[in-house]
Amino acid sequence: MSELKPGDGELHTPDHDVPENAAHAYWRENLTLMGILLAIWFTVSFGAGILFRDWLDQFAIGGAPLGFWFAQQGAIYVFVVLIFVYSALMGRLERKYNMSDDND
Amino acid sequence: MDSTLIWTAIFVISTFGLYIGIAIWARAGSTDEFYVAGHDVHPVFNGMATAADWMSAASFLSMAGLIAFAGYDGSVFLMGWTGGYVLLALLLAPYLRKFGKFTVPDFVGDRYYSQAARIVAVICALFVSFTYIAGQMRGVGIAFSNFLHVPIEIGVIVGAIIVLFYAVLGGMRGITYTQVAQYCVLIFAFMVPAIFLSLQITGTPIPQLGFIGNAQDGTPLLQGLDTTLVDLGFQPYTDGSKSMLDVFAITLALMVGTAGLPHVIIRFFTVPKASDARRSAGWALIFIAILYTTAPAVAVFARSNFIDTVNESTYAADLAPEERPDDATPDWFYNWEETGLLGFTDLNGDGRIQYRADPAQNEVTTLDRDIFVLANPEIGNLPAWVIGLVVAGGLAAALSTAAGLLMVISSAVSHDLCKKVLLPNMSETQELMVARTAAVVAVLIAILAGIYPPGFVAAVVAFAFGLAAASFFPAIFLGIFWKRMNKQGAVAGMSIGLLTTGAYIIHFKIGFSPIVTGVVALVLALAGLVLFIGTREGGKGSLPVLIGSGVLGLVGLLGVTGLLPGLAPGAASDWFLGISPEGFGTVGMLLAFAVSIGVSLATPAPPQAVQDMVEEIRIPSVRAHPVHDGGGAD
Repeated sequence: MSELKPGDGELHTPDHDVPENAAHAYWRENLTLMGILLAIWFTVSFGAGILFRDWLDQFAIGGAPLGFWFAQQGAIYVFVVLIFVYSALMGRLERKYNMSDDND
Repeated sequence: MDSTLIWTAIFVISTFGLYIGIAIWARAGSTDEFYVAGHDVHPVFNGMATAADWMSAASFLSMAGLIAFAGYDGSVFLMGWTGGYVLLALLLAPYLRKFGKFTVPDFVGDRYYSQAARIVAVICALFVSFTYIAGQMRGVGIAFSNFLHVPIEIGVIVGAIIVLFYAVLGGMRGITYTQVAQYCVLIFAFMVPAIFLSLQITGTPIPQLGFIGNAQDGTPLLQGLDTTLVDLGFQPYTDGSKSMLDVFAITLALMVGTAGLPHVIIRFFTVPKASDARRSAGWALIFIAILYTTAPAVAVFARSNFIDTVNESTYAADLAPEERPDDATPDWFYNWEETGLLGFTDLNGDGRIQYRADPAQNEVTTLDRDIFVLANPEIGNLPAWVIGLVVAGGLAAALSTAAGLLMVISSAVSHDLCKKVLLPNMSETQELMVARTAAVVAVLIAILAGIYPPGFVAAVVAFAFGLAAASFFPAIFLGIFWKRMNKQGAVAGMSIGLLTTGAYIIHFKIGFSPIVTGVVALVLALAGLVLFIGTREGGKGSLPVLIGSGVLGLVGLLGVTGLLPGLAPGAASDWFLGISPEGFGTVGMLLAFAVSIGVSLATPAPPQAVQDMVEEIRIPSVRAHPVHDGGGAD
């Protein structure tokens, strides 16, 4: 883990003009990705934990009814995974469009 | 002197010493360091600091107990207070970090090219933070008085001085690194008793597995608890009593509110890059999830264990511990009875404790929800030092949140109000001095609010999250994702969201008594006055605003002197669509979105320069041309 000094952040940030069409393509792909991940976010919490909980409760995970488990445990695990997936896929997207601020 | 007290004193004093040491090491010298820790906090450290910032005394002490009594209904807090980080990581944090300023009102003011929008944002930030910080200070005082036997007032003052010390000296830098230490203390303190409790009740050391596992007799724990609760006349644990719409609304309001809370957002200004902001939100949620997935397990263990060991047990407080019969009430019960958090009245005179849903038969007449975390070490037969650890953990949770809020208050006053609105010619040194003075004044107010808690502190969850959801979130979200959004839309949306949500919560939680109406009117009058001064151009201000605040001021004076008619608090049966005040933030947010979009479309598009700025923010990891990045370059 390298030590960061003030001002390092600015050095990592590429400083160049992005062609307008590249910027638009990047933004569209970003929005699509967000849409998919937010749909999962909605499904595991509001869907599995609230709206369809009664139906899901006929199944069980260990000793817990499934809908109840999603509301108190499962949704949280999925949230964590979603953020890291988004972070990784955005990193890939930014390298694809030569916009990455990561130099590792 | 008993060993618990000694251990508690040792833990509290040594952790406080640690925080002070860190503060001296991390002093801030510039506004950049003071407001955003110089933008050089490692994402994992920022994740820990965010987790400590976020998890308050309520998360640490009260949440598990709250869930233990609410069962399924408690899920709103679990999903609501974690799901917001997904919104934050995807929709807000990277873009706000790219914007690269110090505060949330900074973004609102610049994006909406409007002092009025900035002032409305400052008012929201101050109100939300003050409500929240008063609750934290109260928590610190209670922890001190229960465990170290000092008066609440002294506890509040000692806690406040510690926070003040590292906030004033180190600003965001000092706060960040003390929060990292506080996270370590609080998570260790929460997990140790939880692991032992899980081992004792389910035989597995991992509480999350114990939650879905079997009790020692081989039946699934949750199923057993459901059956027992129904036998005693309670609701089954896995069923809720709130309507589905209300559960939906509360969860959404808490999620969106989390993403819109200024003290959470500013943490993401401290990392070096936009990609770090995303990653850091992920780390923050991992650190939060450790506690948030353990709390529901602790809730089930504690409720099951309470019924198993206390219900139908023989009350033997008068006998010495070694003389008590095998079916006697456990020792910890008597200890906690002394604190007043537990109470037993032998209604039927049979010498046994009957725990029932029906108040006419229930003999556990007092059962404070905080007991389930506080008494865990004793329930698990853990040594005395674990109790000291839990107290230090509760204090760490309260102090870290208080410090984050203090930062928002201090920067809102010094940077957003003084530097950007009232005294634009201030130098950096002067600004830093105002920031430190503002922190001192804010702490003094917080001490008062902690010693004499005002009524609205009880409604802190509804207020803080409802108002953040209804004001900040729509303004920031539309500011990034809709270029056409203009200042008229932002000001109208934030004001309507704030006023309707605020009025609904006050009506159903507190009631518009003359004094409440008066204070609200005075606050609005003051806000109007600041708005008048801040939006003056060439010595001429907006006359309607001045007249409006004059009228509000008069109404306020009438109210506080008791000359206005009062209105009783609303009844739950009158809730709009059955949505509780805690969930009304969702309605307020939808209203704010609708008003913002409607008003924006009816008024001219924002200037080209602002639209270009939005385009630039949307490529968060690239600087298209050298822009202002912190450091007073604006």
